[in-house]
Amino acid sequence: MDGSLTTDDGWSVAGRKFASRLIVGTGKYKDLPTTAAAIEASGAEMVTVAVRRVNVADAAAPMLQDYVSPARYTYLPNTAGCFTAEQAVRTLRLAREAGGWNLVKLEVLGPAPTLYPDMQGTFEAAAALIADGFEVMVYCADDPIAAKRLEEMGCVAIMPLGAPIGSGLGVQNPLMIKMIIENAKVPVLVDAGVGTAYDAAFAMELGCDAVLVNSAIALADDPVLMARAMKAGVEAGRLAFRAGRIPRAAVASASSPMTGLIR
Amino acid sequence: MAVQVNGAPVAIQAGLSVAGLLAQLALDTRKVAVERNREIVPRSQYGETRLAAGDEIEIVHFIGGG
Repeated sequence: MDGSLTTDDGWSVAGRKFASRLIVGTGKYKDLPTTAAAIEASGAEMVTVAVRRVNVADAAAPMLQDYVSPARYTYLPNTAGCFTAEQAVRTLRLAREAGGWNLVKLEVLGPAPTLYPDMQGTFEAAAALIADGFEVMVYCADDPIAAKRLEEMGCVAIMPLGAPIGSGLGVQNPLMIKMIIENAKVPVLVDAGVGTAYDAAFAMELGCDAVLVNSAIALADDPVLMARAMKAGVEAGRLAFRAGRIPRAAVASASSPMTGLIR
Repeated sequence: MAVQVNGAPVAIQAGLSVAGLLAQLALDTRKVAVERNREIVPRSQYGETRLAAGDEIEIVHFIGGG
């Protein structure tokens, strides 16, 4: 045994190393204790967070940081709710001051019902953030040309959607995700659309570096159990990718030898 | 005098600092970030940054998000 079965091969982004290939969101949970328990069960080392006004009328209300310690988890602040480059830069400058780091998740979304990445807005905001010294992990369309352009601009990770945010439909366009992965020199993560552990495993089997999951865990009947399932799914998918799957064939191939049969 | 905090008026003593405002609001300075008239106020300058009437203050923190 060379240890490769037990040692996760890990991945890195912007010079930071992570053993877990599952990043989890902290939104949509019914309460903060459930958030904390599910994240613990997921084994994730990085969590996405949003930046919002403090409710000054209720300063004693518990805060996310009381349950999900930034000392233990790498916070990845997002730009949810920002529709322009200016809003994104302003929001993440505040996040940088609150958290003291440069690694961020850029997402510029179009309107409901698609919430599809607004790529024009994404390009503009990415340029502004990179110019301001941020290390940008970027949520984007499953478009190999756009993905390459974001990488060339200096984004540190490319995060195409598997399916619309919160849809739970799984990876709808595996061909394009695979093309993005094969062309990228920076980590590629499937962000959005994962519905259950199978989808996370499937994304990892395509060869992506990590998967980002929020709704599928937070809104499951038992978020802690689903978090554990996602951890297992991501690990299984990664191992299968490394192992190398057999070719698909249109004909059967017997598993048992046809020689030495009793007569 | 009054300043706007997260879009709502808050009465403060004249000459109050950002640190004083956060104390008045009972907020933990380690868990928030502050913008004054669209400029970030670095945490190291909370004590020396004095507020003026009508200042627009944003105080944010991290919440759950995807």
